[in-house]
Amino acid sequence: MTDIMEPRTLFQKVWDEHVVVQEPDRPAVLYIDLQLIHEVTSPQAFTGLRERGIRVRRPEKTVATMDHSTPTLPKSLWVIDDQAKAQLGQLTSNCEEFGIELFPLGDSRNGIVHVIGPERGFTQPGKTIVCGDSHTSTHGAFGALAFGIGTSEVEHVLATQCLLQKKPKTLEVRVDGQLMPGVTAKDVILALCAEIGTGGATGYVIEYTGSAIRGLDMEGRMTVCNMSIEAGARAGMIAPDQTTFNYLKGRERVPQGPDWDAAVERWSQLRTDDGAAFDKTVVIDANKLEPMITYGTNPGMGMQLSAQMPTTDAFDDPSQRAAFEKAMRYMGLEPGQPLLGKKIDVVFIGSCTNSRIGDLRMAAGIFSGRKVADGVRTLVVPGSHDIKKQAEAEGLDRIFKEAGAEWREPGCSMCIAMNGDNLEPGQYAVSTSNRNFEGRQGKGGRTFLASPLTAAAAAVTGQVTDPRSLLLS
Amino acid sequence: MAKFTTLTSHAVPLPAENVDTDQIIPARFLKVTDKSGLGDSLFCDWRYLKDGSDNPDFVLNEAASQGAQILVAGNNFGSGSSREHAPWALVGWGFRAIISTGFADIFKSNALKNGLLPVEVSPEVYKSILKAVQLDRATKITIDLPTQTVTGPGGLEASFPIDAFSKHCLLQGIDQLGYLLSFGEEISAYEQRRT
Repeated sequence: MTDIMEPRTLFQKVWDEHVVVQEPDRPAVLYIDLQLIHEVTSPQAFTGLRERGIRVRRPEKTVATMDHSTPTLPKSLWVIDDQAKAQLGQLTSNCEEFGIELFPLGDSRNGIVHVIGPERGFTQPGKTIVCGDSHTSTHGAFGALAFGIGTSEVEHVLATQCLLQKKPKTLEVRVDGQLMPGVTAKDVILALCAEIGTGGATGYVIEYTGSAIRGLDMEGRMTVCNMSIEAGARAGMIAPDQTTFNYLKGRERVPQGPDWDAAVERWSQLRTDDGAAFDKTVVIDANKLEPMITYGTNPGMGMQLSAQMPTTDAFDDPSQRAAFEKAMRYMGLEPGQPLLGKKIDVVFIGSCTNSRIGDLRMAAGIFSGRKVADGVRTLVVPGSHDIKKQAEAEGLDRIFKEAGAEWREPGCSMCIAMNGDNLEPGQYAVSTSNRNFEGRQGKGGRTFLASPLTAAAAAVTGQVTDPRSLLLS
Repeated sequence: MAKFTTLTSHAVPLPAENVDTDQIIPARFLKVTDKSGLGDSLFCDWRYLKDGSDNPDFVLNEAASQGAQILVAGNNFGSGSSREHAPWALVGWGFRAIISTGFADIFKSNALKNGLLPVEVSPEVYKSILKAVQLDRATKITIDLPTQTVTGPGGLEASFPIDAFSKHCLLQGIDQLGYLLSFGEEISAYEQRRT
């Protein structure tokens, strides 16, 4: 074990706390405090357990939801096809058989896995959290070590409550300064992806530090950590502070009463000690950040909203140039041109990146008193039923509907386009989701990733627009 | 899991960078509840035309690609989602190894659990392998796991890294859950200690 006098990073502290066994030349046996599962990446894991005749070791440490292929049309349990229906059915029977708590489709506690974890208080500082879903990095916003795993590993955790893990390196991403009005958490993370590239943090766990990160609310922090994987990092973490504790206090599954005070005291130790070393540091000046947008087919292909797309000669490396040219062809865009003013067909506001109440409030601020532009389809998909209820209590749903946007039931929806919410071939979308890969939002669909403000601005103008022009008016 | 010791095969060149798991296996194919049959959907949106017929311009459809067990792919292969369906689809098609300059973390971890070997080489080695394979699609590449070497035409020989544990599991064809399960007592002691 590490000498306790030695300064440690936040990551190191959480890691040390969870190492069950570390044999030489072997990965660590790492204890997992919480596993979240959903319909898509869990069926084969349960089949594996059954084949081996193994029970779930600690069923109370796994929580299940349905989100990926679930419908978002109101008052309907219409599921896209029999295969999806069978998959949802299998999650239900697996949870029943193995004694796992499930928030099924239609349940008032149902929602996107990375939204309901924090919302219900399952997500807590210092926990190790996994899910068969790469955006599990979201939960790191609370100072948890949270990362996506494959289905084999889902089975490992079900069977042993542990995973075999090689210790990753640490990357500090320090965001100094203060975000300007109209610049959001989404713009911070898109700027990081653009700066270091989609594989820039492969092999690392990121810790986000600096005054601009401290200044974010929990929802903004979740947005940042959520897209750590888009820069290649399996996990992103932020040290818990009063903002974290204020968010968690009183939530369903957090410690209550005297236990709460003890927990806060314990959680307060979860920060990087002075003098602890990171393997690498990247510094971003928040004062200079502007609203961001992606133009290409991975989240690293992003730029400031007011900029021009690169020209082909900007790429010295032939394979990078080829990747850029391929992306431009897929997107139907001309290198060197601006994106401002580009006509769009669809706006999607939702996903585990940007479907929380603060995101919806931001979007509603733009929609208020305005109409969705002719010919534009706009979907607003809250991340959970709790968020939906909250938004409706605040009248946000009315603002969306009066503007001509579709107000939907919670789910992953058009972020992954498994449930029937998808782009048509060739359509352009401004999306608050996390991936602009080819076909991600529907076969042949073309995605510009941006913040809820920028997405809403595109919806009401019908084109890529700097939202600051609408915030001022 | 299938054992991996030595593999000699011709290869499929796919020099695109950052090939993400949505390209390897699009999300609409993730509604399955088993692991089999995904090979037909591998690289689906690149591989088939709108009418469902083979896209003659996609490398996997070329006659020279048939039977290949090695994929030579651009940097940061397997970025994106955690779907283990990606290695299931690659293995389902017949691949046993991928040579690249870099792999996304979760993909690499998933591949190793399915007998699919990620072979990470330097940009120079990658370029010479790619060039040789593109010049002559019948070029044989040998990947030897015990010595961690990849060899090709013209005396090309390079080593590749792999962690000792994954190597052990691949060589023996054992999966990692058995190893984890052997720590039952330690896990119980840990749980006791923390409650």
